[in-house]
Amino acid sequence: MRQLCKGNIALMKGAILAGCRAFYGYPITPASEIAESAALYLPQIGGTFLQAESEVAAINMVYGAASAGVRVMTASSGPGISLMQEGISYLAGAELPCVIVDVMRGGPGLGNIAPEQSDYTAMVKGGGHGNYRNIVLAPASVQEMAELTLLAFELADKYRNPAVVLADGFVGQMMEPLELEYRNAELPEKPWAVKGTVETRRNLISSIYLEPDGLEEHQRRLEAKYIRAQEFECRHEAYCTQDAEVLLVGFGIVSRVLLSTVEALRRDGVRAGMFRPITLWPYPSRALAKAASKAQNVLVVELNNGQMFEDVRLAINGEVPVKFFGRVGGNVPSVEELKEIVMSFAHPSRNRFDATAAHHTEEKAIDPYSMLVS
Amino acid sequence: MENTRATRVIDPETGSNYDVAHEKSPVFYDTYERKADLRHQTHYCPGCGHGIVHKLIAEGIEELGIKDKTIFVSPVGCSVFAYYYFDVGNVQAAHGRASAAATAVKRACPDKVVLSYQGDGDLAAIGTAEIIHAANRGEKIAVFFVNNGIYGMTGGQMAPTTLVGQKSTTTPWGRHPAGEGFPLHMSELLSTLEAPTYIERVALCDNKNIMRARRAVRHALELQRDNAGFSFVEILSPCPTIWGKDPVEARAWVSDGMIPVFPLALFRDRKPEMPVVPEPPQRPVADVLELTTSRDAAEPQKSLAADHHSFSHIGIKIAGFGGQGVLLLGQLLTEMGMREHLEVSWLPSYGPEMRSGSAHCHVCLSKERVGSPLVSAPDVLVAMNEISLHKFAREVVPGGLILYNGSNLPEGFDDSEVHVVCIPAGEIADVVGSPKAANIVMLGALLEATECLNSETAMQVLEAKVKKVQLLEIDRKALTAGRDYIDHQVGAVSQPDGFA
Repeated sequence: MRQLCKGNIALMKGAILAGCRAFYGYPITPASEIAESAALYLPQIGGTFLQAESEVAAINMVYGAASAGVRVMTASSGPGISLMQEGISYLAGAELPCVIVDVMRGGPGLGNIAPEQSDYTAMVKGGGHGNYRNIVLAPASVQEMAELTLLAFELADKYRNPAVVLADGFVGQMMEPLELEYRNAELPEKPWAVKGTVETRRNLISSIYLEPDGLEEHQRRLEAKYIRAQEFECRHEAYCTQDAEVLLVGFGIVSRVLLSTVEALRRDGVRAGMFRPITLWPYPSRALAKAASKAQNVLVVELNNGQMFEDVRLAINGEVPVKFFGRVGGNVPSVEELKEIVMSFAHPSRNRFDATAAHHTEEKAIDPYSMLVS
Repeated sequence: MENTRATRVIDPETGSNYDVAHEKSPVFYDTYERKADLRHQTHYCPGCGHGIVHKLIAEGIEELGIKDKTIFVSPVGCSVFAYYYFDVGNVQAAHGRASAAATAVKRACPDKVVLSYQGDGDLAAIGTAEIIHAANRGEKIAVFFVNNGIYGMTGGQMAPTTLVGQKSTTTPWGRHPAGEGFPLHMSELLSTLEAPTYIERVALCDNKNIMRARRAVRHALELQRDNAGFSFVEILSPCPTIWGKDPVEARAWVSDGMIPVFPLALFRDRKPEMPVVPEPPQRPVADVLELTTSRDAAEPQKSLAADHHSFSHIGIKIAGFGGQGVLLLGQLLTEMGMREHLEVSWLPSYGPEMRSGSAHCHVCLSKERVGSPLVSAPDVLVAMNEISLHKFAREVVPGGLILYNGSNLPEGFDDSEVHVVCIPAGEIADVVGSPKAANIVMLGALLEATECLNSETAMQVLEAKVKKVQLLEIDRKALTAGRDYIDHQVGAVSQPDGFA
């Protein structure tokens, strides 16, 4: 049965179906509905909700709960995520599974509360100290807010690693039909957890390895885990990529605009396709390279200054020209806008977009409203 | 003495027999396997107070028989390696965060005993917020706060509890209150809070005081065994190495230097009074998440199935002031579309909660998967005020429809490429009972003018959403009035192009 649901609330419903019974967080727009629904739902089903004194405290509470082996999460947005980065590094170092949600807003600093995708680097490349990775999933619909959160809990436990749901203000705030069936969560055994029992008394949760050889060995073990995740956990969606001469690449809310853009371009006879990474780490590089193999041009569209752009270029490795178009500050490109941009390089004779203007330079050229880099 | 054991030991090498009056608590590991070397001794300096505090805690755990149910959260500082020694569950936390981590450990394991062991830099500087809030919530944990007035592990920098005039590597001329403030009195500070059960400051300056510390540690642990609330024991503790004193001098300094500044006292020993507040109801998960079928979401009638709609995709933009029900109108349309088996999306302009700012939302109704939920070229614009009309009219597709909340179009408005219908929705709503129902008048007008969705579905959705009978009646009238206005006053509205 479908219910009309806000993205942020759908996310919390998915989390609960995944067996999450602990939420520690701090309010921030545009993520607050996640904490609010956790506060409403969890106490009614024997779970724990706590509004912490700060994001710093919240992420360390996540650390504590994860140490005890429960499925636990937090949710925040840019400024709060910055405060959590220390804790995320500890979680990764201590190999503690948990889910961290970032409903991205505009930055840097206080920025604004409108949607951006500018925490890509912070979450995908690891904004905390040390060598570690987050598993990062990027939902593009209300349904996926729930489903990818369910998946995030599974992957977090499977790899004993923090998993991030990297959403944006639009996906968090929009309402769409949500279809969820009740199911009992299957919770894995966690023999490593510290539970205050005879069996777990010898367990230790820690990220400290004082001896260089010990720390190197620990990191090699983490690295082996990351390599396994890269092998098995890459996820993506490809739309009309089989015969695409222009491949549009974007994640989250942008991929929805790209989907409509592909349809509009195809109506005009331009063979466009869309590739959307669902896992931002591990990045579906091989699938992307394949999807781009027949294209003449690849255009990366993001609500940032080109953060995923770098990963696309690495994946395509010079085989096809890769261009970038970004909007920031809370602006989201429209289908019409993107169509004109694609036409400017795919069919320069057929459009009025000035392809010779300052956008097309080796350096990233910025006009007051947009960025197009080639 | 209750902690004294006499055990007969036979030395395997010499074969001689002797009694051991004091032996290591079985709460400590026999050998410290987690240490890289010297596994028979601790990493603490001779004369350091940590060893004594460790011993007191271990003996308390042993005496209370709670070894198997104890979880020890260690800090960053010299005692970062407490897990080398304690044969209990161990969690090592980030600097200053031990009481936050312990909070969640305890909430995950409510019938276990959770300890947080922290030094003065950890607890009173970087972790000040965490300890105050854990105490203020009355977390059922025991916090052992080892105060030696200095940063030991990092080599002798100033702590928040460093005494006035005391030299450290970061106060080379002595702590000056004008620049560095005064020593922070954590026990006194936490004693201003309602929730803590037990707060006491003790010192490791002589045997008598060590015995007092022993009783305090044991009491804090007993309270945890009984799940009786937040306990906090501040222990003034010697740090001979960093203080540059020998162990005997260091002990003397605890009593001569520290106690005058940090007086020993029992600050609190009582259970907090808890007012009676409503407990949340306990309900099945499926009910809480509204995953069951309910009256609110009856399956739509067959005649309302998606293939009966004349359009394949329409985008609607609704705009006005905050408080005009702009977002709600969009939600109603979206819910209706969903009930009529369409693919739908609703995207709001969101902002700080406010009443008089601008608000708008995007609604997509489609037979296919909705791509972009942003309606950048609306087929229909519902403009609830003049500002919105001017702001969004130019986005409307040629041949599109604008429903404007007003009797007449503003002078000079160019309506050559769009159909504009003026509806005095505010006035109509006033007549039916509430000016707040203007959005529902517009909904009625929209349904009548476009026939995009069925007005019976509108009533179903309103019945599900509006719980107050009186308001529902006003909405019913408003919906009908909006439809009638189009029917009687405007007549047939040519369909927007997107509907063809």
